[in-house]
Amino acid sequence: MNQQDEQVLTIFERSKPGRRAAVLPDAEVPEPPLEQLIPAKLLREEPPRLPEVAEPEIVRHYNRLSRRNFDLDTGFYPLGSCTMKHNPRLNERVAALPGHARLHPAQQPKRAQGALELMWLLQESLAEICGLPHVSLQPSAGSHGELAGLLLTRAFHADRGEARTKVLAPDTSHGTNPASVTMAGYEIVKVATDERGGVEMDDLRAKVDDEVACLMLTNPNTLGLFDENIAEIAGLIHEAGGTLYYDGANLNAVMGHSRPGDMGFDIVHVNLHKSFSQPHGGGGPGAGPIAVSERIEPFLPRPQVVRRESGNGSGPTYDLDYDRPKSIGRLRGFQGNFGVFVRSYAYILSLGADGLAEASETAVLNANYLKARLAEGRAGKHTPIAFDRHCMHEFVLSGKPMKKELGIATLDLAKRLLDFGFHPPTVYFPLLVDEALMVEPTETETKESLDAFAEAIDQILTEAEADPDKAKSAPYTTPVRRLDEVKATRKPVVRQPLS
Amino acid sequence: MLAAIGVDSVDELFAQVPEPLRLDRPLRLSEGMSEAEVYERLTELAARNADCEEQVCFLGAGMYDHYVPAIVDAITQRSEFLTPYTPYQPEISQGGLQAMFEFQTSMSELTALPVATAGLYEGPSSVASAAYLAIGATKGRRRFVVSRGVHPHSRETLATYAVGFGAEIEEVGLEDGLTDAAALAEAVDGETAAVILQSPNFLGSIEDVEALGAAAKQHGALLVVAVDPMTLGVLRPPGECGADIALGEGQPLGNRLDFGGPSFGFFCGSEELIRKMPGRIAGETDDVDGRRGFVLALQTREQHIRREKATHNICTAQALNALAATIHLAWLGREGYRELGELLVRRTAYARERLSAVPGVELLHEAPVAREFAVRLDAPVETVLERCAERGIAAGYPLGREYPEHEDGLLVAITERRTRAQIDDLAEALGAAVAAEAVAV
Repeated sequence: MNQQDEQVLTIFERSKPGRRAAVLPDAEVPEPPLEQLIPAKLLREEPPRLPEVAEPEIVRHYNRLSRRNFDLDTGFYPLGSCTMKHNPRLNERVAALPGHARLHPAQQPKRAQGALELMWLLQESLAEICGLPHVSLQPSAGSHGELAGLLLTRAFHADRGEARTKVLAPDTSHGTNPASVTMAGYEIVKVATDERGGVEMDDLRAKVDDEVACLMLTNPNTLGLFDENIAEIAGLIHEAGGTLYYDGANLNAVMGHSRPGDMGFDIVHVNLHKSFSQPHGGGGPGAGPIAVSERIEPFLPRPQVVRRESGNGSGPTYDLDYDRPKSIGRLRGFQGNFGVFVRSYAYILSLGADGLAEASETAVLNANYLKARLAEGRAGKHTPIAFDRHCMHEFVLSGKPMKKELGIATLDLAKRLLDFGFHPPTVYFPLLVDEALMVEPTETETKESLDAFAEAIDQILTEAEADPDKAKSAPYTTPVRRLDEVKATRKPVVRQPLS
Repeated sequence: MLAAIGVDSVDELFAQVPEPLRLDRPLRLSEGMSEAEVYERLTELAARNADCEEQVCFLGAGMYDHYVPAIVDAITQRSEFLTPYTPYQPEISQGGLQAMFEFQTSMSELTALPVATAGLYEGPSSVASAAYLAIGATKGRRRFVVSRGVHPHSRETLATYAVGFGAEIEEVGLEDGLTDAAALAEAVDGETAAVILQSPNFLGSIEDVEALGAAAKQHGALLVVAVDPMTLGVLRPPGECGADIALGEGQPLGNRLDFGGPSFGFFCGSEELIRKMPGRIAGETDDVDGRRGFVLALQTREQHIRREKATHNICTAQALNALAATIHLAWLGREGYRELGELLVRRTAYARERLSAVPGVELLHEAPVAREFAVRLDAPVETVLERCAERGIAAGYPLGREYPEHEDGLLVAITERRTRAQIDDLAEALGAAVAAEAVAV
């Protein structure tokens, strides 16, 4: 059936009074009226209007919805800075083991030794990969890690009796960086990008002073380029007394090849849902552990997972350490997104030292190959590479000539790609590149899928040379076509009206 | 591929990394393993945890051993929900976007507030996010009045965040298990951005939110209420008690315990706050052919558009966990959800009565409760817990660390999985443990 002909109903619109799926256990205890147990004024009069649907209809409803999603298991997903690599199903299996899935977070540490050991092993692994000695697994996602890093920076300076006000970040930085800076109570100062795609050193020098608390950097940056001046940058910031923060969104480029700690960074967040194969789930869950240098360690969130050597030769034990007087405190409930830790640790075990290094090599090879394919022919003419040198794991095209010559915007190209069965690259980011398309193929794609993508771009541009309107009205074959986003914002309808 | 790139080796591509920064040795990690070996290794680790299949679990404190229906796993493990990114391309993400819209509708119904977001990380950080919102919504007020009945993790997280946004926090104590109303009224002033409550509170007591919230209304502060989503089938919802924001830990809805995460935080509010809300919100609209569809609405609030002026920094959140909740709530349905709430209240009443009849065990407070309650033990809590654990029972959550004034306190949680027989066993085990300790002393 053509999905476009399908009538779209919500689960609430499928509701019929009296239908249900759940059968609950008997009470087994006395059943007095609730008013005898709880004062009437604290009780609800009308139950919430949840849908009334039998189980077969619930299953059909969500299966129907699932067919209206594109996903990584269906096709190529070259979303830049998002690292859409394969999600091994083994990881789902081990995360679902009852010893993990049904373990209460307040279980006594002595009865959760396996979980704490796993967390400690993951901390050690990430410390080695990042080249920094200490790790907290607590942050729930990348942006949460950023906030943690900025609060650590604040605590670090406060401990030295300083109150600095500014945080530097390049104009190519992820949007979460400046947003985190504001939440942490700092002022963001943008640093320009030079003609090779790195930090503009003169601009940086002009902006570094004793008010600078921190520089946030992604390396390789969002252009997919490694900043060759990183050692000098680190020196400048450290001399001025600031900390250096590494946004680990692009760590997939350098695993086993180069380590943020060795580059001079004090704090790194790692997106387990990017480099370490946690599925994205349509917008989470993820996890954003942070690795830090010795000077930042005293301030790490609590509790911290620690290993204690036993004196009696019975082997180490693992514990949660709350006794951290300089800690910034908690960032969330309990110990973090443990289910994500299980998946990522399974991934690290599967690949091992060589496998992780090879994953980064292949990610870089795939990106450069696809870049080379797109640098030639029509793509090279209409959507040239923004900074044309060897890239790391991703690269950025500019649709500016395409817009000028063919009259189609990057958005149109992206929408037309949907008809060819591809998820488009990240579009209109980084902001510094006009009509940007940011492409990250990852290591788990074959040469054939990269070729097919390059050919699709060529076909779309060929078609656009003859008939630009085709792309401007795309897509045609998706469950819905272009949606009115202005309406959704001007008069937002954010829930189902119910009578 | 190398030829197409014009290099002889992959190493050449890494030449942009300056030589001194290249790692000149392999990572000090183990070698890769086969799938079977990894499975065995992770199984060994899992076996060293006492999970809820091994122990009868009366632990709660925000996360509970509820039954997750099989269809939740079946649907959330589908590739189409498990493996996409955030729905930035709505034309090929209608499934996920509609699921968000349904989630928002369900959470809005539960809390009786008109606007729900697609979700945040988990409960405690949602409290901190509400505080951040309140600063903006009250034109820069930076003072929070927080009940000591709010989850300790939430209060600690708020304190961590507040150092960043430069806010002051005043805590109001509990009297007989409930927030001290007079002290609260006294603490709220014209500089207060929000009053933050939790109901049922951490000791399990149901607060009179409406009465406590009057002080917030009087001074133009927001009323923020953390709630347990499994109790809203029976308890008066925050939206009917004057709450401006209702939020909470979503784990009880369709999410497994997972030693604390991933779960999700729900976040609901009044219409006036919609443009200040954190994170994703799905909205209904039409496509160019007039077909019904869904998009991420009000994206100009968000970090990827507004950068430093965004309402929050959150990007990746907990979409799959919110989907699990949506399915669980549809499975329970209107009647099932209410019945489950009633079941919890009645079994909890039974457990409370049963335990309070045990010599050496008494109620910590007499306030009404829904699904969790606190007792006081006539013996050191840790040793009692140990004796119960030896009998295969996780008897509850010790209050001493976070409430030093209740060093002898134990918090006991009930779910639909805790049978009458298990509750009787708990009473018996607690009685025996307290008696044994009395003899030991």
